[in-house]
Amino acid sequence: MLQVSVYRFNPETDAAPRMQDYQVDTGGKDLMVLDVLEMIKADYDASVTYRRSCREGVCGSDGLNINGRNGLACITPLSDTVKKNKLVIRPLPGLPVVRDLVVDMSLFYAQYEKIEPFLQNSTPAPAIERLQSPEDRAKLDGLYECILCACCSTSCPSFWWNPDRFIGPAGLLQAYRFLADSRDLATDERLAKLDDPFSVFRCHGIQNCVNVCPKGLNPTRAIGHIRTMLLNKAA
Amino acid sequence: MQVTSFSRNGLSDWLIQRVSSLILLAYFLFIGVQIGIGIDYTSWRELHDGTAMKVFTLLAVGAYVSHAWIGLWTVFTDYLTEYMLGAVGNVVRPLVQIAVILTLVVYAIWVIQVIWG
Repeated sequence: MLQVSVYRFNPETDAAPRMQDYQVDTGGKDLMVLDVLEMIKADYDASVTYRRSCREGVCGSDGLNINGRNGLACITPLSDTVKKNKLVIRPLPGLPVVRDLVVDMSLFYAQYEKIEPFLQNSTPAPAIERLQSPEDRAKLDGLYECILCACCSTSCPSFWWNPDRFIGPAGLLQAYRFLADSRDLATDERLAKLDDPFSVFRCHGIQNCVNVCPKGLNPTRAIGHIRTMLLNKAA
Repeated sequence: MQVTSFSRNGLSDWLIQRVSSLILLAYFLFIGVQIGIGIDYTSWRELHDGTAMKVFTLLAVGAYVSHAWIGLWTVFTDYLTEYMLGAVGNVVRPLVQIAVILTLVVYAIWVIQVIWG
C-alpha cells in the first residue's frame, strides 16, 4: 500500500491547511501520480480537489509539488518520485490556494500578459503568410513548446518573493520567444519594457526552472539571451 | 522600491555588479600576493604612498560600495517587503536601507581620509 499524503485546504471551512493521509493500493503498478489522485478521488475521498485535463503532459493543468519537486502529475511516474513508499502531494508553491491542490494562477498570467505574447508586425500582411527561413524558424525551438504549467515560475524563489514585479522564468521564456522571432518587429519596444531592476534582473541564475521543466526547456538560457540583447542595445 | 536601487536601471546595476566584482577580485588578489610574499611594514607604506596604489584602493572601495549596495538592495527588496512582512515591511525596508547606505558612505569617506589624508 502506497502512503499518500495530500495537502487539504478549503478556505470556506478550514482555519488552516492540513495534510491528509491515504493508503492507496496501486496493485504494484508503476502508475502516474495523477492516476493515484484519481484513485483517491474515486475510491477514498471525492472531495479532494485538483486540476487536470489532457492527462498526457500537453495541457499543463496538473502542475503540482510532488515529493518536494514541481512537476506534472500526469507524466510523473511513481518510480521517478516515490522514496520509502511515501508520496507527498502539495499545490504549486508561492501562489494562493483556492482549494486543496488548486492554486490561483492570476499573478502568473498577469506576468505572462506583461510580455505581450503575440506577434507584433505593422507591415502589410502578405497574401498567404509571413514566411521564415528554416534557420530563423529553428531559433524558436526550445521556446515555443512551453505549455504554461507554471512549474518553473513557482519553483523560483525570485518569483516567490516578487510575483508582482519579476516576470518569472515562464514569462521570460516567452518574452525571448517573441524577441527571437524574425517576423516580430517590436524588439526595441519589448526590450525597453524589460530593463528595470525587477522584470528580468531578479533572475540570479539558480536554474530551479531548468531543473523542473516537464518539457525539458531552459528558461535560464533564454533569460541570458535577453540580457545579452539588452546589453548589445544599451552599451 | 526602484528609486533606491543603485542606478535605477536593472541592466546598469547588473553590469556594475559584475565589473565591480572583477575590480575587487583583482584588488584582493594583488593584496593577497603582497601579503603572501611577506611584505614588511616599510614596503607596505611605500606601496600605499604611490598614487597608482591610492587610485587602485579608491577604485576598490568604489567597487565595494556599489557591489554591496546592489547586492543588499536585492536582498532587502526580496525579504523586507509588504508582501513578506505586511505593512511594517514598508517602514522597516527604508530604515534598513538608509542605515546601510550611511554605513557604506562612512566607510568610503573613512578610506579616502586614510589613503589621501
